[in-house]
Amino acid sequence: MNRLALFIPLALFVGLSLVLLLGLDKDPTELPSALVGEAFPVFNLPSLKDKQNVVTEQDFNGEVVLVNVWATWCFACRIEHPMLNKLSEQGVKIIGLNYKDQRAGALAWLVERGDPYQFNIFDAKGSLGIDLGVYGAPETYLVDADGIIRHRRVGVVDDRVWESEFRAIYEQITGVEQ
Amino acid sequence: MRLAILLLLSLFTFAASTEVIESPGAIKGAEVVAFSDESLRPRYHQLLQELRCPKCQNQNLADSNSPISQDLRREIQRMLEEQMTDKQIKDYLKSRYSEFILYRPEVNKNTWLLWGSPVLVVLLGLLILLRHNRQPKPSANKEVPTANKEVPKVNKESPSNTSDQQRLAELLGDKENQQ
Repeated sequence: MNRLALFIPLALFVGLSLVLLLGLDKDPTELPSALVGEAFPVFNLPSLKDKQNVVTEQDFNGEVVLVNVWATWCFACRIEHPMLNKLSEQGVKIIGLNYKDQRAGALAWLVERGDPYQFNIFDAKGSLGIDLGVYGAPETYLVDADGIIRHRRVGVVDDRVWESEFRAIYEQITGVEQ
Repeated sequence: MRLAILLLLSLFTFAASTEVIESPGAIKGAEVVAFSDESLRPRYHQLLQELRCPKCQNQNLADSNSPISQDLRREIQRMLEEQMTDKQIKDYLKSRYSEFILYRPEVNKNTWLLWGSPVLVVLLGLLILLRHNRQPKPSANKEVPTANKEVPKVNKESPSNTSDQQRLAELLGDKENQQ
């Protein structure tokens, strides 16, 4: 019995090592999302292309859409943009949320890099951003036809992320093989 | 003495833990904040100390200068002006940024171990201390009774000895008388 007790420190050490080892794989910058499973927040904001035109969450109600948070100051958005163009060509509907940006610069960006968006919400003050819990760009939300947020990605969506995080849910809620 | 040290240590840890939250650190994002009612200002600073910046993870809203923190500071100011309670403000932010944003997490099924662990560690420490203190005592107690028992034994033996000696003396005396 006493002999076995000598192994307790070793067992504790191995246990602690395992816990720490598992912790290495976790991304501490990834926050648990408070909004997955909740309705997309109600908003009332001008559109990017026409400041007279007010857009609301009703404008994409009944459709499965990606809502993509982007800005011209966001470097990672440059990397992400070709993927959005590709998804748009494949028939995925994408709504842009232009976040805390300048209108002229944002419009020039769309001319220069292509426009994958159905329309863009112009959120200059970041008010919808706060309602969504946005803490950086890019972020992408998958919203179903009932206006419920089904998935959230903080950071760039690329082929790997689409395959591993979005595709299965997207196909399930649209019923379309993508 | 040991108890005193223990108490002193626990006092220090409590002092350290409250200091982290309540230190009146300078507000780095030095916007000039105007309140309609000055009584809101202490609550504003208290909230900024207790709420975490979602982007720059190890800073609170008071320390962080990131755009999101500026927005959230403005938002908190707005909510204070709208006479919302601290709890309502925290719930508002929690529903958007999840519990992550609270530097003082609520007690629930995910956090009970976190909150309970100091108590558990103190209890464990007390348990070890008690067991440690109890062990030498029984051996010390044993020594005293055995010593006490030995003394009466000698006393008991000596009367028997004297009676023996008396008998011996009688026998010897008898022998001497016979001789």
